[in-house]
Amino acid sequence: MNEITGILAIWYREFKVFLREKSRIVASIINPVLWLLVFGGGLGSSVRISGLNYQAFIFPGILAQVVLFSSIFFGVYIVWDRKIDFLKEVLVAPISRTSIFVGKVIGGTTDSLIQVLILLVMGWIFGTTGFIPGLHLTPFSFIAAFLILIVTTVSLVSIGLIVGSQMESPEGFQLITTFILFPIFFLSGSLFPINNLPRWLEPLTLADPLTYSVDALRQVILGTSRFSLLHDLSIMAMFMVLMIALGTYAFKKMKL
Amino acid sequence: MAVIIRTERLTKKFVDLVAVDALDLEVEEGEIFGLLGPNGAGKTTMLLMLTTLLRPSSGTARVNGFDIISQSHQVRKSIGIVFQTPSSDDTLTGYENLKLHGMLYGMPKALREERIKEVLKLVDLTERKDGLVKKYSGGMRRRLELARGLMHHPRVLFLDEPTLGLDPQSRETIWEYIEGLSKREKISIILTTHYMEEADKLCSRLAIMDRGKVVALDSPANLKKVIGGDVVLLKIGNPDLERVKQLEFVKKVQVKGSSVALTVTNANEHLFEILQTIGKVESVEVRVPTLNDVFLSYTGREIREDSPEGGWAERMMNYQSRS
Ligand SMILES: Nc1ncnc2c1ncn2[C@@H]1O[C@H](COP(=O)(O)OP(=O)(O)OP(=O)(O)O)[C@@H](O)[C@H]1O
Ligand SMILES: [Mg+2]
Repeated sequence: MNEITGILAIWYREFKVFLREKSRIVASIINPVLWLLVFGGGLGSSVRISGLNYQAFIFPGILAQVVLFSSIFFGVYIVWDRKIDFLKEVLVAPISRTSIFVGKVIGGTTDSLIQVLILLVMGWIFGTTGFIPGLHLTPFSFIAAFLILIVTTVSLVSIGLIVGSQMESPEGFQLITTFILFPIFFLSGSLFPINNLPRWLEPLTLADPLTYSVDALRQVILGTSRFSLLHDLSIMAMFMVLMIALGTYAFKKMKL
Repeated sequence: MAVIIRTERLTKKFVDLVAVDALDLEVEEGEIFGLLGPNGAGKTTMLLMLTTLLRPSSGTARVNGFDIISQSHQVRKSIGIVFQTPSSDDTLTGYENLKLHGMLYGMPKALREERIKEVLKLVDLTERKDGLVKKYSGGMRRRLELARGLMHHPRVLFLDEPTLGLDPQSRETIWEYIEGLSKREKISIILTTHYMEEADKLCSRLAIMDRGKVVALDSPANLKKVIGGDVVLLKIGNPDLERVKQLEFVKKVQVKGSSVALTVTNANEHLFEILQTIGKVESVEVRVPTLNDVFLSYTGREIREDSPEGGWAERMMNYQSRS
Protein backbone atom coordinates (compact mmCIF):
# COMPACT_ATOMS: atom_id res chain seq x y z
CA MET A 1 0.00 0.00 0.00
CA ASN A 2 2.75 2.38 1.01
CA GLU A 3 4.70 1.33 -2.03
CA ILE A 4 1.78 2.25 -4.27
CA THR A 5 1.40 5.75 -2.85
CA GLY A 6 5.18 6.03 -3.12
CA ILE A 7 5.02 5.19 -6.82
CA LEU A 8 2.18 7.67 -7.23
CA ALA A 9 4.25 10.29 -5.43
CA ILE A 10 7.15 9.95 -7.87
CA TRP A 11 4.75 9.97 -10.79
CA TYR A 12 2.99 13.05 -9.40
CA ARG A 13 6.25 14.92 -9.21
CA GLU A 14 7.41 13.96 -12.69
CA PHE A 15 4.10 14.93 -14.20
CA LYS A 16 4.10 18.35 -12.48
CA VAL A 17 7.61 19.00 -13.70
CA PHE A 18 6.63 17.94 -17.22
CA LEU A 19 3.66 20.30 -17.29
CA ARG A 20 5.81 23.13 -16.03
CA GLU A 21 8.45 22.83 -18.73
CA LYS A 22 6.31 24.18 -21.51
CA SER A 23 9.22 24.98 -23.80
CA ARG A 24 10.30 21.36 -23.71
CA ILE A 25 6.85 20.17 -24.74
CA VAL A 26 6.68 22.65 -27.58
CA ALA A 27 10.16 21.72 -28.81
CA SER A 28 9.32 18.05 -28.62
CA ILE A 29 6.40 18.62 -30.97
CA ILE A 30 8.05 21.09 -33.36
CA ASN A 31 11.11 18.90 -33.89
CA PRO A 32 9.37 15.83 -35.30
CA VAL A 33 7.13 17.99 -37.44
CA LEU A 34 10.24 19.58 -38.94
CA TRP A 35 11.69 16.17 -39.65
CA LEU A 36 8.48 15.00 -41.19
CA LEU A 37 7.71 18.04 -43.30
CA VAL A 38 11.11 19.51 -44.14
CA PHE A 39 13.40 16.49 -44.19
CA GLY A 40 10.66 14.14 -45.37
CA GLY A 41 9.27 16.62 -47.87
CA GLY A 42 12.70 17.57 -49.20
CA LEU A 43 14.01 14.06 -49.69
CA GLY A 44 10.55 12.80 -50.61
CA SER A 45 10.47 14.96 -53.72
CA SER A 46 12.96 12.55 -55.32
CA VAL A 47 12.63 9.36 -53.28
CA ARG A 48 9.88 6.78 -53.03
CA ILE A 49 10.24 3.61 -51.01
CA SER A 50 8.41 0.37 -51.82
CA GLY A 51 5.80 2.36 -53.63
CA LEU A 52 5.24 4.66 -50.66
CA ASN A 53 5.49 8.39 -50.32
CA TYR A 54 8.71 9.05 -48.37
CA GLN A 55 6.99 11.17 -45.73
CA ALA A 56 4.50 8.39 -45.08
CA PHE A 57 7.41 5.93 -44.95
CA ILE A 58 9.26 7.84 -42.22
CA PHE A 59 6.19 8.68 -40.15
CA PRO A 60 6.55 5.52 -38.00
CA GLY A 61 10.27 6.28 -37.68
CA ILE A 62 9.55 9.80 -36.47
CA LEU A 63 7.11 8.45 -33.89
CA ALA A 64 9.88 6.20 -32.62
CA GLN A 65 12.31 9.11 -32.67
CA VAL A 66 10.08 11.23 -30.45
CA VAL A 67 9.81 8.41 -27.96
CA LEU A 68 13.53 7.74 -28.13
CA PHE A 69 14.65 11.28 -27.35
CA SER A 70 12.04 11.99 -24.76
CA SER A 71 12.51 8.68 -22.93
CA ILE A 72 16.29 8.57 -22.81
CA PHE A 73 16.58 12.18 -21.72
CA PHE A 74 13.94 11.66 -19.10
CA GLY A 75 15.86 8.73 -17.66
CA VAL A 76 19.26 10.34 -17.72
CA TYR A 77 17.78 13.38 -16.01
CA ILE A 78 17.95 11.55 -12.73
CA VAL A 79 21.51 12.90 -12.47
CA TRP A 80 19.87 16.26 -12.10
CA ASP A 81 17.88 14.97 -9.13
CA ARG A 82 21.18 13.96 -7.65
CA LYS A 83 22.75 17.31 -8.34
CA ILE A 84 19.95 19.34 -6.75
CA ASP A 85 19.97 16.87 -3.84
CA PHE A 86 16.34 16.03 -4.41
CA LEU A 87 17.47 12.43 -4.74
CA LYS A 88 18.25 12.45 -1.01
CA GLU A 89 14.64 13.21 -0.17
CA VAL A 90 13.51 10.28 -2.29
CA LEU A 91 16.15 7.81 -1.15
CA VAL A 92 15.54 8.46 2.53
CA ALA A 93 11.79 7.87 2.18
CA PRO A 94 10.42 4.52 3.33
CA ILE A 95 9.81 3.11 -0.13
CA SER A 96 11.80 0.47 -1.95
CA ARG A 97 14.24 1.22 -4.73
CA THR A 98 12.05 -0.87 -7.01
CA SER A 99 9.12 1.46 -6.37
CA ILE A 100 11.28 4.48 -7.10
CA PHE A 101 12.29 2.89 -10.39
CA VAL A 102 8.70 1.99 -11.26
CA GLY A 103 7.49 5.50 -10.41
CA LYS A 104 10.17 6.98 -12.64
CA VAL A 105 9.31 4.65 -15.51
CA ILE A 106 5.63 5.51 -15.28
CA GLY A 107 6.51 9.21 -15.13
CA GLY A 108 8.73 9.04 -18.21
CA THR A 109 6.22 6.92 -20.09
CA THR A 110 3.48 9.42 -19.43
CA ASP A 111 5.61 12.26 -20.80
CA SER A 112 6.47 10.33 -23.95
CA LEU A 113 3.00 9.12 -24.62
CA ILE A 114 1.48 12.57 -24.37
CA GLN A 115 3.87 13.65 -27.14
CA VAL A 116 3.08 10.51 -29.11
CA LEU A 117 -0.64 11.20 -28.90
CA ILE A 118 -0.21 14.69 -30.24
CA LEU A 119 1.94 13.41 -33.10
CA LEU A 120 -0.49 10.62 -33.95
CA VAL A 121 -3.33 13.11 -34.13
CA MET A 122 -1.22 15.32 -36.39
CA GLY A 123 -0.42 12.29 -38.55
CA TRP A 124 -4.09 11.56 -38.82
CA ILE A 125 -4.80 15.13 -39.88
CA PHE A 126 -1.92 15.18 -42.41
CA GLY A 127 -3.17 11.86 -43.80
CA THR A 128 -6.86 12.61 -44.12
CA THR A 129 -6.27 16.06 -45.58
CA GLY A 130 -4.01 14.50 -48.19
CA PHE A 131 -1.07 16.59 -47.02
CA ILE A 132 0.95 13.39 -46.67
CA PRO A 133 -0.41 11.04 -49.33
CA GLY A 134 -0.47 7.37 -48.43
CA LEU A 135 -0.70 7.88 -44.67
CA HIS A 136 -4.00 6.43 -43.53
CA LEU A 137 -4.37 6.10 -39.81
CA THR A 138 -7.35 3.96 -38.88
CA PRO A 139 -8.62 3.50 -35.32
CA PHE A 140 -6.90 0.12 -35.36
CA SER A 141 -3.52 1.43 -36.49
CA PHE A 142 -3.82 4.35 -34.10
CA ILE A 143 -4.34 2.07 -31.09
CA ALA A 144 -1.87 -0.58 -32.23
CA ALA A 145 0.83 2.05 -32.77
CA PHE A 146 0.12 3.48 -29.36
CA LEU A 147 0.51 0.09 -27.67
CA ILE A 148 3.76 -0.62 -29.52
CA LEU A 149 5.07 2.74 -28.39
CA ILE A 150 4.20 2.03 -24.76
CA VAL A 151 6.44 -1.03 -24.80
CA THR A 152 9.15 0.93 -26.61
CA THR A 153 8.98 3.79 -24.12
CA VAL A 154 9.26 1.55 -21.08
CA SER A 155 12.43 -0.02 -22.51
CA LEU A 156 13.98 3.29 -23.44
CA VAL A 157 13.16 5.08 -20.19
CA SER A 158 14.76 2.14 -18.43
CA ILE A 159 17.94 2.50 -20.51
CA GLY A 160 18.06 6.19 -19.62
CA LEU A 161 17.52 5.48 -15.94
CA ILE A 162 20.21 2.80 -15.91
CA VAL A 163 22.72 5.20 -17.41
CA GLY A 164 21.59 8.14 -15.28
CA SER A 165 21.55 6.23 -12.01
CA GLN A 166 25.20 5.33 -12.43
CA MET A 167 26.38 8.78 -13.46
CA GLU A 168 27.77 10.83 -10.61
CA SER A 169 27.47 14.24 -12.17
CA PRO A 170 25.85 15.76 -15.26
CA GLU A 171 29.27 16.26 -16.88
CA GLY A 172 28.88 13.31 -19.22
CA PHE A 173 25.47 14.47 -20.29
CA GLN A 174 26.41 15.60 -23.82
CA LEU A 175 28.00 12.25 -24.54
CA ILE A 176 24.60 10.60 -24.21
CA THR A 177 23.42 12.25 -27.41
CA THR A 178 26.48 11.16 -29.34
CA PHE A 179 26.88 7.67 -28.00
CA ILE A 180 23.34 6.56 -27.31
CA LEU A 181 20.69 8.65 -28.99
CA PHE A 182 22.06 9.13 -32.49
CA PRO A 183 23.33 5.58 -33.00
CA ILE A 184 20.01 4.14 -31.85
CA PHE A 185 18.11 6.54 -34.07
CA PHE A 186 20.11 6.20 -37.27
CA LEU A 187 20.52 2.44 -37.05
CA SER A 188 16.85 1.78 -36.42
CA GLY A 189 15.78 2.16 -40.04
CA SER A 190 13.64 5.15 -39.14
CA LEU A 191 14.76 6.97 -42.25
CA PHE A 192 15.56 4.13 -44.67
CA PRO A 193 14.46 0.58 -45.37
CA ILE A 194 16.65 -2.11 -43.84
CA ASN A 195 16.13 -4.73 -46.53
CA ASN A 196 19.27 -4.32 -48.63
CA LEU A 197 21.82 -2.72 -46.39
CA PRO A 198 25.59 -2.96 -46.84
CA ARG A 199 27.07 -6.02 -45.11
CA TRP A 200 28.75 -4.11 -42.28
CA LEU A 201 25.65 -2.13 -41.45
CA GLU A 202 23.17 -4.93 -41.19
CA PRO A 203 24.31 -6.52 -37.89
CA LEU A 204 24.40 -3.10 -36.24
CA THR A 205 20.85 -2.47 -37.34
CA LEU A 206 19.71 -5.84 -36.07
CA ALA A 207 21.36 -5.15 -32.72
CA ASP A 208 19.43 -1.89 -32.35
CA PRO A 209 16.37 -2.48 -30.17
CA LEU A 210 14.51 0.39 -31.83
CA THR A 211 14.66 -1.39 -35.21
CA TYR A 212 11.93 -3.76 -34.12
CA SER A 213 9.68 -0.99 -32.85
CA VAL A 214 10.01 0.91 -36.11
CA ASP A 215 9.38 -2.28 -38.08
CA ALA A 216 6.28 -3.12 -36.04
CA LEU A 217 4.96 0.41 -36.37
CA ARG A 218 5.42 0.27 -40.15
CA GLN A 219 3.49 -2.94 -40.23
CA VAL A 220 0.49 -1.61 -38.33
CA ILE A 221 0.47 1.84 -39.92
CA LEU A 222 1.60 1.17 -43.48
CA GLY A 223 1.19 -2.59 -43.88
CA THR A 224 4.81 -3.09 -44.87
CA SER A 225 7.66 -4.52 -42.81
CA ARG A 226 10.81 -6.57 -42.86
CA PHE A 227 9.91 -9.04 -40.10
CA SER A 228 6.62 -10.50 -38.99
CA LEU A 229 4.73 -8.57 -36.32
CA LEU A 230 5.07 -11.49 -33.94
CA HIS A 231 8.84 -11.51 -34.44
CA ASP A 232 9.07 -7.79 -33.68
CA LEU A 233 6.78 -7.95 -30.68
CA SER A 234 8.59 -10.90 -29.12
CA ILE A 235 11.94 -9.17 -29.33
CA MET A 236 10.46 -5.94 -27.97
CA ALA A 237 8.85 -7.75 -25.05
CA MET A 238 12.01 -9.64 -24.16
CA PHE A 239 14.08 -6.50 -24.38
CA MET A 240 11.63 -4.64 -22.16
CA VAL A 241 11.74 -7.34 -19.49
CA LEU A 242 15.52 -7.34 -19.61
CA MET A 243 15.73 -3.56 -19.26
CA ILE A 244 13.27 -3.50 -16.36
CA ALA A 245 15.30 -6.16 -14.58
CA LEU A 246 18.57 -4.32 -15.22
CA GLY A 247 17.01 -1.01 -14.19
CA THR A 248 15.74 -2.41 -10.92
CA TYR A 249 19.18 -3.79 -10.25
CA ALA A 250 20.86 -0.50 -11.13
CA PHE A 251 18.56 1.35 -8.72
CA LYS A 252 19.35 -1.08 -5.92
CA LYS A 253 23.03 -0.39 -6.47
CA MET A 254 22.59 3.36 -6.86
CA LYS A 255 24.59 5.46 -4.41
CA LEU A 256 23.63 8.80 -3.05
CA MET B 1 14.91 5.00 29.74
CA ALA B 2 14.99 3.15 26.47
CA VAL B 3 17.82 3.72 24.04
CA ILE B 4 16.60 4.87 20.63
CA ILE B 5 19.96 5.10 18.86
CA ARG B 6 23.05 3.11 19.63
CA THR B 7 26.16 3.32 17.49
CA GLU B 8 28.80 0.63 17.67
CA ARG B 9 32.23 1.73 16.58
CA LEU B 10 30.57 3.57 13.71
CA THR B 11 33.22 4.64 11.22
CA LYS B 12 33.33 6.36 7.85
CA LYS B 13 36.49 6.78 5.85
CA PHE B 14 36.75 8.83 2.69
CA VAL B 15 39.89 7.55 1.01
CA ASP B 16 42.46 8.40 3.70
CA LEU B 17 40.31 10.81 5.70
CA VAL B 18 38.48 9.41 8.70
CA ALA B 19 35.32 11.53 8.84
CA VAL B 20 33.70 9.56 11.67
CA ASP B 21 36.06 7.64 13.88
CA ALA B 22 34.77 4.51 15.66
CA LEU B 23 31.99 6.30 17.50
CA ASP B 24 30.09 4.72 20.35
CA LEU B 25 27.07 6.80 21.25
CA GLU B 26 23.72 6.26 22.87
CA VAL B 27 20.73 8.50 22.46
CA GLU B 28 17.80 8.03 24.77
CA GLU B 29 14.21 7.92 23.72
CA GLY B 30 12.47 11.27 23.82
CA GLU B 31 15.55 13.41 24.34
CA ILE B 32 16.87 16.19 22.20
CA PHE B 33 20.46 15.25 21.56
CA GLY B 34 22.89 17.74 20.13
CA LEU B 35 26.00 17.28 18.01
CA LEU B 36 28.20 20.30 18.22
CA GLY B 37 31.39 20.79 16.32
CA PRO B 38 33.32 22.89 13.82
CA ASN B 39 33.20 22.48 10.05
CA GLY B 40 34.32 19.07 8.95
CA ALA B 41 33.89 17.48 12.38
CA GLY B 42 31.86 14.68 10.82
CA LYS B 43 28.36 15.64 11.96
CA THR B 44 26.67 15.42 8.59
CA THR B 45 28.50 12.22 7.71
CA MET B 46 27.24 10.71 10.94
CA LEU B 47 23.63 11.69 10.19
CA LEU B 48 23.83 10.37 6.65
CA MET B 49 24.96 7.02 8.00
CA LEU B 50 22.23 6.92 10.64
CA THR B 51 19.63 7.71 7.99
CA THR B 52 20.91 4.86 5.77
CA LEU B 53 22.07 7.14 2.96
CA LEU B 54 25.76 6.45 3.47
CA ARG B 55 27.14 3.01 4.18
CA PRO B 56 29.54 2.89 7.12
CA SER B 57 33.11 1.79 6.35
CA SER B 58 32.95 -0.29 9.51
CA GLY B 59 30.86 -0.60 12.62
CA THR B 60 27.13 -0.15 12.64
CA ALA B 61 24.25 1.41 14.53
CA ARG B 62 20.71 0.70 15.62
CA VAL B 63 17.99 3.24 15.17
CA ASN B 64 14.65 2.54 16.82
CA GLY B 65 15.87 -1.03 17.31
CA PHE B 66 16.74 -1.63 13.66
CA ASP B 67 20.16 -2.12 12.17
CA ILE B 68 21.07 0.64 9.72
CA ILE B 69 22.75 -1.78 7.34
CA SER B 70 20.63 -4.92 7.35
CA GLN B 71 17.26 -3.34 8.20
CA SER B 72 17.56 -0.05 6.38
CA HIS B 73 13.96 -0.10 5.22
CA GLN B 74 12.61 -0.28 8.78
CA VAL B 75 15.04 2.42 9.81
CA ARG B 76 13.74 4.69 7.06
CA LYS B 77 10.21 4.05 8.23
CA SER B 78 11.13 5.29 11.70
CA ILE B 79 12.90 8.51 10.80
CA GLY B 80 12.67 11.94 9.30
CA ILE B 81 15.51 14.26 8.35
CA VAL B 82 16.08 17.86 7.45
CA PHE B 83 19.25 17.95 5.39
CA GLN B 84 21.91 20.57 5.67
CA THR B 85 21.67 21.39 1.97
CA PRO B 86 18.32 22.08 0.32
CA SER B 87 16.72 19.00 -1.14
CA SER B 88 13.34 20.24 -2.28
CA ASP B 89 12.41 20.42 -5.95
CA ASP B 90 12.43 24.05 -6.98
CA THR B 91 10.28 23.53 -10.08
CA LEU B 92 7.44 22.64 -7.71
CA THR B 93 5.55 24.93 -5.36
CA GLY B 94 5.95 24.76 -1.61
CA TYR B 95 2.63 23.01 -1.27
CA GLU B 96 3.52 20.48 -3.95
CA ASN B 97 6.77 19.64 -2.21
CA LEU B 98 4.90 18.96 1.00
CA LYS B 99 2.23 16.92 -0.74
CA LEU B 100 4.91 14.87 -2.44
CA HIS B 101 6.54 14.26 0.91
CA GLY B 102 3.27 13.17 2.48
CA MET B 103 2.73 10.73 -0.35
CA LEU B 104 6.26 9.34 -0.11
CA TYR B 105 5.57 8.63 3.54
CA GLY B 106 2.23 7.00 2.85
CA MET B 107 0.18 9.53 4.79
CA PRO B 108 -3.57 9.30 4.19
CA LYS B 109 -4.96 12.30 2.36
CA ALA B 110 -6.93 13.88 5.21
CA LEU B 111 -4.03 13.69 7.64
CA ARG B 112 -1.67 14.93 4.97
CA GLU B 113 -3.71 18.03 4.24
CA GLU B 114 -4.12 18.74 7.94
CA ARG B 115 -0.39 18.48 8.60
CA ILE B 116 0.47 20.55 5.55
CA LYS B 117 -1.72 23.32 6.90
CA GLU B 118 -0.19 23.00 10.34
CA VAL B 119 3.44 23.11 9.26
CA LEU B 120 2.88 25.84 6.68
CA LYS B 121 1.45 27.98 9.42
CA LEU B 122 4.32 27.13 11.70
CA VAL B 123 6.94 28.30 9.25
CA ASP B 124 4.79 31.19 8.12
CA LEU B 125 4.57 30.16 4.48
CA THR B 126 0.81 29.72 4.16
CA GLU B 127 0.52 32.72 1.87
CA ARG B 128 3.39 31.63 -0.34
CA LYS B 129 2.51 27.97 -0.53
CA ASP B 130 1.49 28.11 -4.18
CA GLY B 131 4.59 30.01 -5.27
CA LEU B 132 7.40 28.14 -6.99
CA VAL B 133 10.24 27.25 -4.62
CA LYS B 134 12.60 28.69 -7.24
CA LYS B 135 11.28 32.11 -6.29
CA TYR B 136 11.65 31.66 -2.52
CA SER B 137 14.37 33.42 -0.59
CA GLY B 138 17.06 31.29 1.06
CA GLY B 139 15.39 31.56 4.46
CA MET B 140 11.95 30.74 3.08
CA ARG B 141 13.30 27.66 1.43
CA ARG B 142 14.97 26.63 4.65
CA ARG B 143 11.68 27.02 6.46
CA LEU B 144 9.94 24.90 3.85
CA GLU B 145 12.50 22.13 4.30
CA LEU B 146 11.97 22.25 8.03
CA ALA B 147 8.22 22.08 7.61
CA ARG B 148 8.66 19.07 5.39
CA GLY B 149 10.90 17.24 7.83
CA LEU B 150 8.53 17.82 10.72
CA MET B 151 5.41 16.98 8.82
CA HIS B 152 5.20 13.20 9.20
CA HIS B 153 6.03 13.06 12.92
CA PRO B 154 8.66 10.34 12.80
CA ARG B 155 9.86 8.41 15.84
CA VAL B 156 13.33 9.84 15.38
CA LEU B 157 13.99 13.17 13.78
CA PHE B 158 17.38 14.25 12.49
CA LEU B 159 17.97 17.95 12.00
CA ASP B 160 21.20 18.97 10.29
CA GLU B 161 21.68 22.60 11.29
CA PRO B 162 17.95 23.29 11.35
CA THR B 163 18.03 27.04 11.81
CA LEU B 164 21.10 27.96 9.79
CA GLY B 165 20.43 31.12 7.85
CA LEU B 166 17.21 32.04 9.63
CA ASP B 167 16.48 35.36 11.25
CA PRO B 168 16.28 35.35 15.06
CA GLN B 169 12.52 35.47 15.11
CA SER B 170 11.99 32.47 12.83
CA ARG B 171 14.64 30.68 14.81
CA GLU B 172 12.75 31.15 18.07
CA THR B 173 9.52 29.91 16.50
CA ILE B 174 11.26 26.80 15.22
CA TRP B 175 12.85 26.16 18.61
CA GLU B 176 9.48 26.34 20.31
CA TYR B 177 7.99 23.92 17.83
CA ILE B 178 10.86 21.47 18.16
CA GLU B 179 10.54 21.56 21.94
CA GLY B 180 6.78 21.12 21.76
CA LEU B 181 7.10 18.28 19.30
CA SER B 182 9.57 16.47 21.49
CA LYS B 183 7.25 16.79 24.49
CA ARG B 184 3.89 16.12 22.84
CA GLU B 185 4.81 13.39 20.43
CA LYS B 186 7.69 11.81 22.33
CA ILE B 187 9.83 12.19 19.26
CA SER B 188 13.54 11.72 19.78
CA ILE B 189 15.52 14.46 18.08
CA ILE B 190 19.15 14.55 17.04
CA LEU B 191 20.33 17.89 15.84
CA THR B 192 23.62 19.33 14.73
CA THR B 193 24.34 22.96 15.18
CA HIS B 194 26.91 25.69 15.25
CA TYR B 195 24.75 27.88 17.42
CA MET B 196 25.69 27.64 21.06
CA GLU B 197 22.48 29.29 22.07
CA GLU B 198 20.50 26.69 20.21
CA ALA B 199 22.38 23.79 21.73
CA ASP B 200 22.08 25.34 25.16
CA LYS B 201 18.38 25.99 24.92
CA LEU B 202 17.18 22.81 23.24
CA CYS B 203 19.45 19.93 24.03
CA SER B 204 19.13 17.66 27.02
CA ARG B 205 22.54 16.23 26.21
CA LEU B 206 25.28 17.34 23.95
CA ALA B 207 28.18 15.62 22.25
CA ILE B 208 31.05 17.84 21.27
CA MET B 209 32.63 16.46 18.14
CA ASP B 210 36.00 17.20 16.69
CA ARG B 211 37.72 15.41 13.82
CA GLY B 212 35.35 12.47 13.84
CA LYS B 213 35.54 11.86 17.57
CA VAL B 214 33.39 12.81 20.51
CA VAL B 215 35.54 14.85 22.86
CA ALA B 216 32.89 15.51 25.52
CA LEU B 217 29.37 14.38 26.23
CA ASP B 218 27.02 15.65 28.90
CA SER B 219 24.18 18.03 29.59
CA PRO B 220 24.93 21.63 28.64
CA ALA B 221 24.89 22.62 32.33
CA ASN B 222 27.37 19.93 33.33
CA LEU B 223 29.61 20.70 30.41
CA LYS B 224 29.76 24.27 31.56
CA LYS B 225 30.49 23.21 35.13
CA VAL B 226 33.56 21.46 33.84
CA ILE B 227 35.00 24.86 33.14
CA GLY B 228 35.00 25.23 36.90
CA GLY B 229 33.83 28.78 37.31
CA ASP B 230 32.94 32.04 35.65
CA VAL B 231 34.99 33.69 33.00
CA VAL B 232 36.61 37.05 33.63
CA LEU B 233 37.94 38.77 30.54
CA LEU B 234 40.43 41.57 30.98
CA LYS B 235 42.32 43.89 28.72
CA ILE B 236 45.58 44.92 30.23
CA GLY B 237 48.26 47.10 28.75
CA ASN B 238 51.16 45.32 30.38
CA PRO B 239 50.02 42.02 31.82
CA ASP B 240 51.88 40.87 34.89
CA LEU B 241 49.90 37.96 36.17
CA GLU B 242 52.19 36.20 38.60
CA ARG B 243 50.36 37.51 41.63
CA VAL B 244 46.91 36.75 40.21
CA LYS B 245 47.91 33.16 39.66
CA GLN B 246 48.55 32.88 43.39
CA LEU B 247 44.92 33.69 44.25
CA GLU B 248 43.18 30.50 45.34
CA PHE B 249 39.84 31.23 43.56
CA VAL B 250 41.57 31.74 40.18
CA LYS B 251 41.50 28.37 38.50
CA LYS B 252 43.02 29.10 35.17
CA VAL B 253 44.77 31.92 33.36
CA GLN B 254 44.96 32.23 29.58
CA VAL B 255 46.80 35.08 27.88
CA LYS B 256 46.58 36.16 24.29
CA GLY B 257 48.37 39.46 23.60
CA SER B 258 46.79 42.03 25.82
CA SER B 259 43.68 39.94 26.44
CA VAL B 260 43.51 37.81 29.53
CA ALA B 261 40.89 35.20 30.32
CA LEU B 262 40.60 34.05 33.92
CA THR B 263 38.49 31.18 35.14
CA VAL B 264 37.27 32.18 38.56
CA THR B 265 34.93 30.59 41.10
CA ASN B 266 32.26 33.07 42.11
CA ALA B 267 33.71 35.85 40.03
CA ASN B 268 31.30 38.51 41.24
CA GLU B 269 32.43 38.13 44.85
CA HIS B 270 36.11 38.17 44.01
CA LEU B 271 36.21 40.74 41.25
CA PHE B 272 37.35 43.57 43.47
CA GLU B 273 40.23 41.54 44.84
CA ILE B 274 41.30 40.50 41.38
CA LEU B 275 41.35 44.05 40.14
CA GLN B 276 43.27 45.19 43.18
CA THR B 277 45.85 42.52 42.59
CA ILE B 278 46.30 43.31 38.93
CA GLY B 279 46.21 47.05 39.15
CA LYS B 280 45.41 49.07 36.07
CA VAL B 281 43.17 47.43 33.45
CA GLU B 282 41.60 48.84 30.30
CA SER B 283 38.36 46.85 30.44
CA VAL B 284 36.68 44.09 32.40
CA GLU B 285 33.94 41.66 31.49
CA VAL B 286 32.51 38.94 33.69
CA ARG B 287 30.34 36.22 32.27
CA VAL B 288 29.05 32.79 33.08
CA PRO B 289 30.74 30.21 30.85
CA THR B 290 29.11 29.50 27.50
CA LEU B 291 29.35 26.38 25.46
CA ASN B 292 31.82 28.29 23.38
CA ASP B 293 34.16 28.30 26.35
CA VAL B 294 33.53 24.61 26.78
CA PHE B 295 34.32 24.00 23.19
CA LEU B 296 37.44 26.07 23.41
CA SER B 297 38.69 24.22 26.43
CA TYR B 298 38.17 20.81 24.84
CA THR B 299 39.44 21.45 21.34
CA GLY B 300 41.65 24.47 21.78
CA ARG B 301 39.67 26.09 18.99
CA GLU B 302 36.79 28.50 18.76
CA ILE B 303 33.61 27.25 17.27
CA ARG B 304 32.57 29.97 14.96
CA GLU B 305 28.97 30.81 14.59
CA ASP B 306 29.50 32.13 11.12
CA SER B 307 31.54 29.40 9.60
CA PRO B 308 34.28 30.24 7.12
CA GLU B 309 32.22 28.66 4.41
CA GLY B 310 29.49 31.17 5.04
CA GLY B 311 25.91 30.80 6.10
CA TRP B 312 23.43 28.36 4.79
CA ALA B 313 22.03 30.73 2.21
CA GLU B 314 25.46 31.50 0.82
CA ARG B 315 26.37 27.87 0.70
CA MET B 316 23.21 27.29 -1.22
CA MET B 317 24.12 29.99 -3.69
CA ASN B 318 27.59 28.54 -4.19
CA TYR B 319 25.99 25.23 -4.61
CA GLN B 320 23.68 26.40 -7.31
CA SER B 321 26.23 28.40 -9.20
CA ARG B 322 28.39 25.32 -9.51
CA SER B 323 25.92 23.95 -12.04
N1 LIG C 1 31.53 12.51 -0.14
C1 LIG C 1 32.69 12.84 0.48
N2 LIG C 1 33.87 12.53 -0.08
C2 LIG C 1 35.02 12.84 0.53
N3 LIG C 1 35.12 13.48 1.71
C3 LIG C 1 33.97 13.83 2.33
C4 LIG C 1 32.70 13.53 1.74
N4 LIG C 1 31.73 14.00 2.57
C5 LIG C 1 32.39 14.55 3.61
N5 LIG C 1 33.71 14.45 3.47
C6 LIG C 1 34.73 14.93 4.44
O1 LIG C 1 34.43 14.39 5.70
C7 LIG C 1 34.67 15.34 6.72
C8 LIG C 1 33.44 15.51 7.58
O2 LIG C 1 32.46 16.16 6.81
P1 LIG C 1 31.02 16.49 7.36
O3 LIG C 1 30.21 17.03 6.22
O4 LIG C 1 30.47 15.29 8.05
O5 LIG C 1 31.33 17.63 8.42
P2 LIG C 1 30.31 18.49 9.30
O6 LIG C 1 30.67 18.26 10.71
O7 LIG C 1 28.92 18.23 8.89
O8 LIG C 1 30.74 19.97 8.90
P3 LIG C 1 29.86 21.29 8.68
O9 LIG C 1 29.72 21.91 10.01
O10 LIG C 1 30.70 22.12 7.76
O11 LIG C 1 28.57 20.88 8.06
C9 LIG C 1 35.11 16.60 6.03
O12 LIG C 1 36.52 16.68 6.11
C10 LIG C 1 34.68 16.42 4.61
O13 LIG C 1 35.55 17.05 3.72
MG1 LIG D 1 27.43 19.29 8.14
